[in-house]
Amino acid sequence: MGEPGPALVERIKAKNETWVEDYKNALDELTIVTPRDAISELCAFLKSDCGYDLLADLCGADRGPEEDPRFEVNYHLFSTQHFGRLRVKVLLNEDDPHVRSVENVWRTANWHERETFDLFGVIFDGHSDLRRILLPSDFDGHALRKDYPLRGYEPYSMN
Amino acid sequence: MGLENTLFESLPDVVTVKLDAVVNWARKSSLWPATFGLACCAIEMMNTVSSRNDLSRFGAETFRASPRQADVMIVSGRVSRKMAPVLRRIYDQMPEPKWVISMGACATSGGVFDNYAIVQGVDKIVPVDIYVPGCPPRPEMLVHAITMLQDKIMKESVKDRRDTFEAESRESIVPGTLPVTEGTALERETEIELAQNQTSRPYTIPSRHERRRSS
Amino acid sequence: MSTAVNNIPGKFEILDQSLESQMTLSMGPQHPSTHGVLRLDLRLDGELVVKAIPDIGYLHTGMEKLFEYKKYQQGIVITDRMDYLNPLGNNLAYVMAAEKLLQLEIPERAQVIRVLFCELQRIASHLVWLGTHCLDIGAMSVFFFCFRHREKILNLIEAASGGRMTPSYFRIGGLMMDLPAGFDRRCKQFLDDFPEALNTFDTLVTGNTIWQSRTMNIGVISREDAIDWGLTGPCLRGSGVEVDIRRANPYTGYETYDFEIPTENGCDVWARFKVRMREMTESYKIVRQALDRLKPGPIKADAPKVVLPDRDDMRKHMDALIHHFLIVAEGFNIPEGEVYMPIEGSKGELGVYMKSNGGPKPDRVHFRGPSFVNLQSLPVMSEGEMIADVVAIIGSLDIVLGEIDR
Repeated sequence: MGEPGPALVERIKAKNETWVEDYKNALDELTIVTPRDAISELCAFLKSDCGYDLLADLCGADRGPEEDPRFEVNYHLFSTQHFGRLRVKVLLNEDDPHVRSVENVWRTANWHERETFDLFGVIFDGHSDLRRILLPSDFDGHALRKDYPLRGYEPYSMN
Repeated sequence: MGLENTLFESLPDVVTVKLDAVVNWARKSSLWPATFGLACCAIEMMNTVSSRNDLSRFGAETFRASPRQADVMIVSGRVSRKMAPVLRRIYDQMPEPKWVISMGACATSGGVFDNYAIVQGVDKIVPVDIYVPGCPPRPEMLVHAITMLQDKIMKESVKDRRDTFEAESRESIVPGTLPVTEGTALERETEIELAQNQTSRPYTIPSRHERRRSS
Repeated sequence: MSTAVNNIPGKFEILDQSLESQMTLSMGPQHPSTHGVLRLDLRLDGELVVKAIPDIGYLHTGMEKLFEYKKYQQGIVITDRMDYLNPLGNNLAYVMAAEKLLQLEIPERAQVIRVLFCELQRIASHLVWLGTHCLDIGAMSVFFFCFRHREKILNLIEAASGGRMTPSYFRIGGLMMDLPAGFDRRCKQFLDDFPEALNTFDTLVTGNTIWQSRTMNIGVISREDAIDWGLTGPCLRGSGVEVDIRRANPYTGYETYDFEIPTENGCDVWARFKVRMREMTESYKIVRQALDRLKPGPIKADAPKVVLPDRDDMRKHMDALIHHFLIVAEGFNIPEGEVYMPIEGSKGELGVYMKSNGGPKPDRVHFRGPSFVNLQSLPVMSEGEMIADVVAIIGSLDIVLGEIDR
């Protein structure tokens, strides 16, 4: 079982210094924080050269309306060759929650990105079909944001 | 043979019976459910149909996929906001007489999920005859619900007029007729508005069998 | 489709042209064969599917938001309702994520029982898959046989935890309760009857020429496509990729059990079917090994601030009472951190991404549902197939809408 570690971070830094903004190795998991402009190239490099060919999960998180940067998008990668796992994180501001889509790297990112857009409002540039997937298409707001109340706003009426 | 011959030999050729009894007996003995399995309760419904707890002993012989051929709609599972208009539409497509069993805590009252996504009780959309609690209810509970519904059907009367259903479905589509979910600011506003207009609004849609005119 | 007509009487005029337009058919959300509330927008050319677009969200429950408002141990109850055919698997993933954040050490007996129940649950989930897949394709008797055997497993789970389908048996730090007396004997009884059941299914289904012709070369997805679309579990192993999280990133002691990873190279519905049938045999083997390994011991970790004390202790000792009260009323704090915990659920890689900010409630819980990702590949598999084959393909993906929509 191949565990990623600081060696992988060195490899990425050797390819391009700006790709690694920060990294953390906690609880046997390596997290690489990368600037949002670099995500597409970093993912392509990880897929082609480091063997991370399966995007296990792409999920967003909201740190809270007072935090800056507010949103984060986590990419969980898995390698079917050496079974290693890796997390890549991108931090986004509230007033400009745009990030490039990685759909051209792993086609499975399509629905994951739609879900993150639906629930958080993060916009993925270059996505082929960015629309709501889980919530009704006429839903107002993004449900998983911290300032959206649990019980919602509207009364239930069918129209 | 045997018992039938001896029994029916003692009866006259023509038997007079209450129309209600015959009609209700026929209706209750062959209640065909519509497959409206949504979530976990649907699997328990499948368990009820399978051989250990056999629902077809009680007349629910087949689960019809098409609502046009079904008598009872067993709403099993949580109804989300996106699914609610579909639920109403399927209910409207069922021909009279029809009944609704709300199976499980989520269909009865929203269950564990008191949030933006789940309708807090399917009786806000369709009139419900039998509520079955449980999460999920055991198959025996669903069987009990069907037998309870059969008892309820026996108490009906053919004299109950059923032409009010159009008005009711029109009412359910008009926005604002159905009550708000609890705990929102909008609820307080509507309460104030209600108090001013002095309209009393039913909290849920009563089943038409409860509004019958004959006793 | 144009048809050649001969011997037409003179006075009739028959139009002899192919169908120019395509029909858009909305399959679902209320449909007997979509395994839940799934809507498929199909564009059909006669019976041929030109485009298939799944439309999900009809069972969206907002569970991920609910987790943020409930304490960690309250969240276990919600995980049952996610993939409702594999509730113990969901419980395990959530509980292990919390335990990883807490860095708890789970005692041996609890780990063995967890493996035992996970594999029993896998068998139960595959039995539902087999029953509904066969029901969709037309073999109705298999449905009844599968559910009959599943009832036995549900009895076992109910004996241990009190719930048939929503057990919530695993807790952060161990199990809810120890196994009841006589569980060994009942489990062995089930295991003794099970190989005969598998033989029955082989006779009824695997050897059936109708089944083979309806599943072979249908819904093909190549090996590279399968990895690119993120398939995991039996769908990936049916395309020749030998990846099983129980071997790749082992958890709860799976590395000490002896089992194979069934892999088929066919890439079609038939291959996925074979993989799942073989998986039932492997799970049976694991349950036998786990049952043999059961030794008396503690079932909860040694962490009094996290794990509820025994009822006896609680009644007699003051500190146990205080801990019990605090855990139930206020919950326990989990140190700040984030973790992604993948397990091999019955449908694929079930991953939990849990982020904690030091409080008693999680900051973000995200479930990577395998059915969500597997369903995404449905258009790839079904475009170019007949509409009746779409039903077979959906059955072979083994989707559970509760997990997709969360």
